[in-house]
Amino acid sequence: MSPIEGAEEWDLRFRCGAVVRNFVATDHMDAKSADMIDRFAQFAVVAAKEAVTHSGIEWTPELRETSAIVTGSCVGGQSTENQGFYDVYKMGKTRVHPMTIPKTMANAGASAISLEYGITGPSFTIATACSSSAHALGQAYMMIKSGMCDFAISGGSEAPFSHGLLKAWEAMRVVSPTVCRPFSKDRNGMILGEGAAMLTLELLDHALARGAKPIAEVVGFGMSADAHHITQPSAEGAARAVKLALRDAGIGPEQVGYVNAHGTGTTVNDATETRALHLAFGDHAGRLAISSTKAMHGHTLGAAGAIESIAAITALETGFAPPTINFSEPDPECDLDYLPNRGRCGKFEYALSNSFAFGGLNAVLAFRKI
Amino acid sequence: MPDEMTPDLTERVLRIIAETQRKDPAQVTIDSTFEELGIDSMDGVNIVFALENEFDINVPDDEVKNIRSVRDMVEGVRKLVEMRGADAGDAAPAAS
Repeated sequence: MSPIEGAEEWDLRFRCGAVVRNFVATDHMDAKSADMIDRFAQFAVVAAKEAVTHSGIEWTPELRETSAIVTGSCVGGQSTENQGFYDVYKMGKTRVHPMTIPKTMANAGASAISLEYGITGPSFTIATACSSSAHALGQAYMMIKSGMCDFAISGGSEAPFSHGLLKAWEAMRVVSPTVCRPFSKDRNGMILGEGAAMLTLELLDHALARGAKPIAEVVGFGMSADAHHITQPSAEGAARAVKLALRDAGIGPEQVGYVNAHGTGTTVNDATETRALHLAFGDHAGRLAISSTKAMHGHTLGAAGAIESIAAITALETGFAPPTINFSEPDPECDLDYLPNRGRCGKFEYALSNSFAFGGLNAVLAFRKI
Repeated sequence: MPDEMTPDLTERVLRIIAETQRKDPAQVTIDSTFEELGIDSMDGVNIVFALENEFDINVPDDEVKNIRSVRDMVEGVRKLVEMRGADAGDAAPAAS
């Protein structure tokens, strides 16, 4: 967490965010390519390159045609759009930069990744607010499972620190002026974050056959709509997404060891998510290791589902479930084990990553340890 | 002065609530509860936004969380308007 550049000048009620500091796009791509895309798409490309390198995949003309790219982004190229509007409204300019439209579009990350690797298979972007990249990963998982494609790059990226958007978040009164304390009684909101996470997906047999070392198996995906309220979450809707993820994975609640919670740190989310976990897991809820890593990396909106999936996968890989930091006081409405301030070692076979978006659109991914 | 402005201020707050919630003004009274009016937390934030603009005040996040009724809103606005008046008085003592 660090001060948001401009926050003081813009008279924001919150001053801190999980800012990616000292990011120099040209350390990762040539200057011309960097100029063509917004910061959020630059993040997407950098994360995709890390994932592809880690996967050890070797591109062939056929693989490029049968590979998919599915990204998530909630707000797209906000810095670019903000600059264009600033030029017009504030500076009285009569023209904006000609790349404003292609840099702002939410699919710019997917497009930039396709250009980077010459991938010509199915490629698109999902925008479901804070569930965007969880829905994206779920789509990629289903496309691989169905045989529609052989390889996929999927995840999400976001770069929301622009004046206009931060004012919009301030107006909702859900951002903490201090720190994010998920599930703690004195929680007072989220901290916004930026960043990206990308994963590569392929059939397990294919990955093993080419000598790759998979980090986890995606085994289940559940989606639901609350049909309840445009901003207030519903425990029933969230619980249905969790149950559907378990059903898709073919596992019982008691097999899940760790849940990476949506855990935004707002009063309403954390209490509602707790009720949802009770509904979905019954007696096993109290035995789950649950944490919200948003207290550490912020709420990265459209990137959250992917970043937090990696946290869940890492818990399976390492046998260490990350803590919910900044926890100070138990809340009777949040009565589960959130690993307050201390992570936990354990043998977790299955882990979930929860994403519950504004608009009531939920996505839950289930992973198995390899 | 505060006593004189009270009826007007109350009326303005009630009008803002009715307008933002698309309610018949006759339905919104000083004794209405949020439950009766079907006002949820996001509606509350929307009303506070309209009140901030109407009265040129800033309502802190903590205050918003404690608002539970129309009366809370009227009293909260009155307090902030009076504080603003006091600030303005301090800032311009020579004006008369």
